Amino acid sequence: MNRSTGEGKGLEFDLAITGGRVVDPESKTDQIADVFIRDGAIKKVEKAKGTIGAREIIDAKGKVVVPGLIDMHTHLREPGREYQETIYTGSCAAVAGGFASVCCMPNTEPPIDNQGTVKFVYERAKQAKCRIYCIGCITKGREGEELTEINDLVQAGVVAISDDGNPVSDSRVFRNALEYSRMFDLPVISHCEDLSLSANGVMHEGFVSTNLGMCGIPAVAEETMMARDIALAEFTKARLHVAHVSTEGSVELIRQAKKRGIKVTCEATPHHFTLTDETIRTFDTNAKVNPPLRTKKDVEAIKRGLKDGTIDCIATDHAPHSIEEKEVEFDFAPPGLVGLETALGLVISELINKRVLSWNQAIAKLSVNPARILNLSGGRIKKNSPADITIIDPKATWVVDPSKFLSKSKNSPFGGRKLQGKVCHTIVDGKMVFEG
Amino acid sequence: MKSRHLLGLEGMSRREINLILDTAEKFKEILARPIRIVPTLRGVTVVNLFYEPSTRTRISFELAEKRLSAEVVNFSASISSARKGETLKDTVRNIEAMKTDMVVVRHQAAGVPYFLTQCLKSSIINAGDGAHEHPTQALLDLLTIREKHKKIKGLKVTIVGDIKFSRVARSNIWGFKIMGADVSLCGPSTLMPVEIEKMGVKVYSDLDRALEGADVVMVLRIQLERQKGGLVPSPREYTNKFGITRERLERLNENFTIMHPGPMNRGVEIMPDVADGPHSVILDQVTNGVAIRMAVLYLLSGGEGKVE
Repeated sequence: MNRSTGEGKGLEFDLAITGGRVVDPESKTDQIADVFIRDGAIKKVEKAKGTIGAREIIDAKGKVVVPGLIDMHTHLREPGREYQETIYTGSCAAVAGGFASVCCMPNTEPPIDNQGTVKFVYERAKQAKCRIYCIGCITKGREGEELTEINDLVQAGVVAISDDGNPVSDSRVFRNALEYSRMFDLPVISHCEDLSLSANGVMHEGFVSTNLGMCGIPAVAEETMMARDIALAEFTKARLHVAHVSTEGSVELIRQAKKRGIKVTCEATPHHFTLTDETIRTFDTNAKVNPPLRTKKDVEAIKRGLKDGTIDCIATDHAPHSIEEKEVEFDFAPPGLVGLETALGLVISELINKRVLSWNQAIAKLSVNPARILNLSGGRIKKNSPADITIIDPKATWVVDPSKFLSKSKNSPFGGRKLQGKVCHTIVDGKMVFEG
Repeated sequence: MKSRHLLGLEGMSRREINLILDTAEKFKEILARPIRIVPTLRGVTVVNLFYEPSTRTRISFELAEKRLSAEVVNFSASISSARKGETLKDTVRNIEAMKTDMVVVRHQAAGVPYFLTQCLKSSIINAGDGAHEHPTQALLDLLTIREKHKKIKGLKVTIVGDIKFSRVARSNIWGFKIMGADVSLCGPSTLMPVEIEKMGVKVYSDLDRALEGADVVMVLRIQLERQKGGLVPSPREYTNKFGITRERLERLNENFTIMHPGPMNRGVEIMPDVADGPHSVILDQVTNGVAIRMAVLYLLSGGEGKVE
């Protein structure tokens, strides 16, 4: 597809991507240019003069060429629940969704709370189609009590720590985690949830939960914990990253924290800027997720937060569950949905096409911003950066069909939804790993 | 009937509710005969699937089915034991594979009746799902009120108690609103679910104000077992603030009615002299339950409201 072999002598490059609209948020580039790749690195970004000396050429006319996307919040399930996803299948889903890098959360079985498990993940990641970065646990066994050997984890290559799925409820432990990780300049990713407030909740607490008679998870379950975490981040001067922000109040808390100069960053998921609790009216367990889908007001607030920069990143919180696990009573279904293969389409359809974000702003949240937070080398299209590149057809429309996902799990509430924007090529380390 | 299922009263039309009530009245005449059985559902197999303990509703459905000459199968399971084994979907599909026609389901999780419509061919009747809906209860309440007041439209109905965890409250709110009554709710603010006013009701925490000018008072069971969660400090405090005593009834309209869906905590949410007093229709509700369920079974199985 739009690929050809270069001609002429002295082929200087392995790959040239020609005539595409190159969007590189770091340099604020948004123009037609050619990208030249050699030895797994980007060597030149400019309009070619004369013949193109590359062994392979991708004609990207009409396409958008962006840094290989980075998902900083993915559940790959391995080790422990390989029936839901493996590092390999998750990586296949990732590259199909345009992601060149994913960061896997440590709520595996056993959890990634020691060097051995980190090494196991990186060993498995050698087979993966994309780059895998490991996030380690904050506390041993994700139990919220004792800190993991964070130095060991860092030595083994974790890029952040998180007890995602569980909050660290004990404030003293969380303070210690922030203070200790400061030595490594390591971001601490917080899943903000006051468990005593979310208790038996299965969906957002609001009119829909009242109507359906379901136990609600109030917005304050997230906000009170976030307020605590921000106060602790300010106190410890450590780096706090807040996962999956879902409420209007949360966005405002982070906005104010940033104004005060606190080192806090955050992410939002595509489902939280797209869907509301109204989706639950059909008792679709694929729309059961934690934090839950909130109200229209919250969705609008998240979009404003994305627009004004309060929300730094868009992350999928890709959470695979098997059909058997989800085909049960709503109350008993595990929370979580798969997002790797729909994220980009939702960003283009809901944010770029609806003029919430420019291409530069949107891609920043999917590439250079997570790269900066996690100190990764990817996420940029510039000389000597790793050749991780995603080529997108911004006009192509498609209908989400979960049965066609490369992910092992199909638990998506977006089945049947029409999206615009499709991944044509995903290139990792100069190699073509996906062609749409 | 527009649907083959009865999942809830939300979204139902006044015409459909009237059809059920009218049909139930005809079945009541049959129930008054010496031989209280008709061949209407002969050859129809009904499964009563009760995942939550129930005495009144289960017996009422079973009697309704038997009086219509249906074949009846009862299945009761505790959630804990059911969850260890096969999934709900497998259980119900296995039962249906034995050739059944209608499923009456009671389950602690909201949405289960809807879920069953997605995995079965049978007609599904909701006998209570979580705190979502309990449509046959609300229908029998409507029938009871229509009999006594000769109308529903324009009546002032006050529902008192634990609204948050009550499927009876929700179905009755929809039912009475559809039929043109004015509905008020009263209970501790901790047991009042958020934004319930959007269902078109008035919300009070002062019982005397809520009872002012009411025609119908529906007293809900206060679930003592839930109070460990600190939603109400003590049953004593609840009774002092929300218990329905004879003195409090002076604020009501002259020809008022007291209802309770049962089971009652006598002396907690309702005083015995009120429950057994002249304005109480609590046992009429139970009697009407069988007729309502006969009507629902009959109409969903394809009947058209002409009962012989």
